[in-house]
Amino acid sequence: MKQTHNLTKWLGMILLTLLVVGGLSFVWADDEPKPDPAGTATGNASDVQDASGTHFVVSEPVKLSDEDAKDPEKLKAYTDAKKAYDDYIAATTKEPLAVKLADSVGHNRVAINFTWTLVTGFLVMFMQAGFAMVETGLTRAKNSAHTFAMNFMIYPMGMLGFYLCGFAFMFGGLGAIGTMGGYAGLNHEITVTLFGKPFGLLGWKGFMLQGAGYDTAAFTLFLFQMVFMDTTATIPTGALAERWKFSSFMLYGCCIGSIMYPIFGNWVWGGGWLSQLGANFGLGHGHVDFAGSTVVHMQGGVIGLVASWMVGARYGKYNKDGTMNFIPPHNIPMCMAGTFILAFGWFGFNPGSSLAATDLRIGVVAVNTMLCSATGALAACLYMWWVKTKKPDPSMMCNGMLAGLVAITAPCAFVSAGGACIIGLIAGVLVVESVFFFDKIRIDDPVGAISVHGVNGAWGCLSIGLFADGTYGDGWNGVPGTVKGLFYGGGMSQFWAECIGVLTCFITLGVLTFIVFKVIAMILGSNRPSEEVEIQGLDIPEMGVYGYSGMVMDKEVETPHPKGFPTAPASSKSTVSTH
Amino acid sequence: MKKIEAIIKPFKLEEVKEALSEIGIEGMTVSEVKGFGRQKGQTEIYRGSEYVVDFLPKIKMEIVVADEKIADALATIIKVARTGKIGDGKIFVLPVEEAVRIRTAERAESAV
Repeated sequence: MKQTHNLTKWLGMILLTLLVVGGLSFVWADDEPKPDPAGTATGNASDVQDASGTHFVVSEPVKLSDEDAKDPEKLKAYTDAKKAYDDYIAATTKEPLAVKLADSVGHNRVAINFTWTLVTGFLVMFMQAGFAMVETGLTRAKNSAHTFAMNFMIYPMGMLGFYLCGFAFMFGGLGAIGTMGGYAGLNHEITVTLFGKPFGLLGWKGFMLQGAGYDTAAFTLFLFQMVFMDTTATIPTGALAERWKFSSFMLYGCCIGSIMYPIFGNWVWGGGWLSQLGANFGLGHGHVDFAGSTVVHMQGGVIGLVASWMVGARYGKYNKDGTMNFIPPHNIPMCMAGTFILAFGWFGFNPGSSLAATDLRIGVVAVNTMLCSATGALAACLYMWWVKTKKPDPSMMCNGMLAGLVAITAPCAFVSAGGACIIGLIAGVLVVESVFFFDKIRIDDPVGAISVHGVNGAWGCLSIGLFADGTYGDGWNGVPGTVKGLFYGGGMSQFWAECIGVLTCFITLGVLTFIVFKVIAMILGSNRPSEEVEIQGLDIPEMGVYGYSGMVMDKEVETPHPKGFPTAPASSKSTVSTH
Repeated sequence: MKKIEAIIKPFKLEEVKEALSEIGIEGMTVSEVKGFGRQKGQTEIYRGSEYVVDFLPKIKMEIVVADEKIADALATIIKVARTGKIGDGKIFVLPVEEAVRIRTAERAESAV
């Protein structure tokens, strides 16, 4: 059929491009840091630090130029450093066994951090099950196989895109992986100069994890970052649930891990320009995002928002007179169990983002995460109960907990317990208001994904600019001093840096999503299935199997007919019974 | 021979079944249905969408009874299934033209 032929042609072209790009990265291998695929050369004395970060190995200070030697301050600093270095060398000569032992200690330290990063990464991977359960529970049974299948296939699709080129784009210019042995082979960042400053735009190393990418620390980083990417990738499946053609979703899956996610990701976490707003322009510590309120959640939320707007609402959701119809969630226990799975996985998401169990701030990070989830859930529950609908709504309790978790994702390392609680309270109210708002402007979001992830992702980063209390983050993004927000004497500069990041996320992902979905619609004809298929339920027409085979489903209740529109699909060939 | 269709509250099923068994009515067919009568439904709200809960779950019990047992059957069902609150249900009596026991091909009264 013509459409399938077009599809094959497109996919073939994309694959060919990626192979060429991957192949090109071989060409640039010259005298580079040696990657360590076996892990036998990673971790040594240079990785040994004490609790305050003072390194065991003292490096030789850089010799002063004649010009600098005339400056008494610089001369004193050099002399002190030289003495410390000479003392260290003398000590190594006296105690050579201690130096050998330090190599083992360094190796163990790095091993602790590898373990931490991998295990927390495994926790985050399990969040995929949580997302699948939340989304399927909040939508109708007749679409359950389809909804779950999207959440399932996004894992391999996103991963493979990230493997092929996404990781290289996002982290190709990262530099040294400091907590895991300092391998610095991912060292090519495409940079332009603007306003006299370097603007990192995209990485270009480590395609398909070969060459400079075939290093065990790079692999570990890949796993950890991949599961974060997949969290972004799975958010739009919630916003677009019950009316997204599976083939359209699969093409989106090709794009999300490979192109859409890594660009903004590079700008914040890959050493790109948003992270350097502090070093370059004095805006706080640049755009700070500890575990991904903007990098992960807001990206997903914006994609969901723009895509939902483009694809349109579910059949029967909105009436011409401005009211809307009830489309019931079919499995509230599944939704709530899924939320607990997500809350559990978040203990990997936030504390894991230190990439180091040797960074003992992780205790604070974990508790802040926990507290914010609690106040988020409570605020949403009470707000619905006392203000909005006079009943405590379970679906909104879940959205509230998740909103709190999303909102604390960025600030978790930088705020106090009190700050975390307040951030959660605001998140809980914000998510409720946001859900009602998007329905008012007729952007259909069956599970509240846009409100939980998009809106609260933005709030999470903005809250750093307010609540960061200056107890952590010395040297973050290359700026000396700890991260401080407005309420703790940091002034507005951190807040402005966060604002720029949030705005950039919105614009960039908005544009990217628009392009991707427009192109997919051109290839496939439409991103939505036909109206008949949507009313019948996507399971049989799209997936070929019922989610719950043998269960009787009441289609009359499940699919409202929108008031003010002409009666049901006019197609005389429709085999759908409306009774 | 008449067919009695009784629409009753679901939790009354066991009691009615036992009471009918005591007066000699052994077989029945039961289905899960939903319905409503004269009372209006409640309006609920889910995430801002209003909806009316009209239909409530009920049990529909169908028994075919010989003419001489009808009065007893009706009296039993009414006595046991009543709670005095709205939604107790209704009973309909319909004529039956023929009844057949599939296993033995017996007809009419000996089939029920």
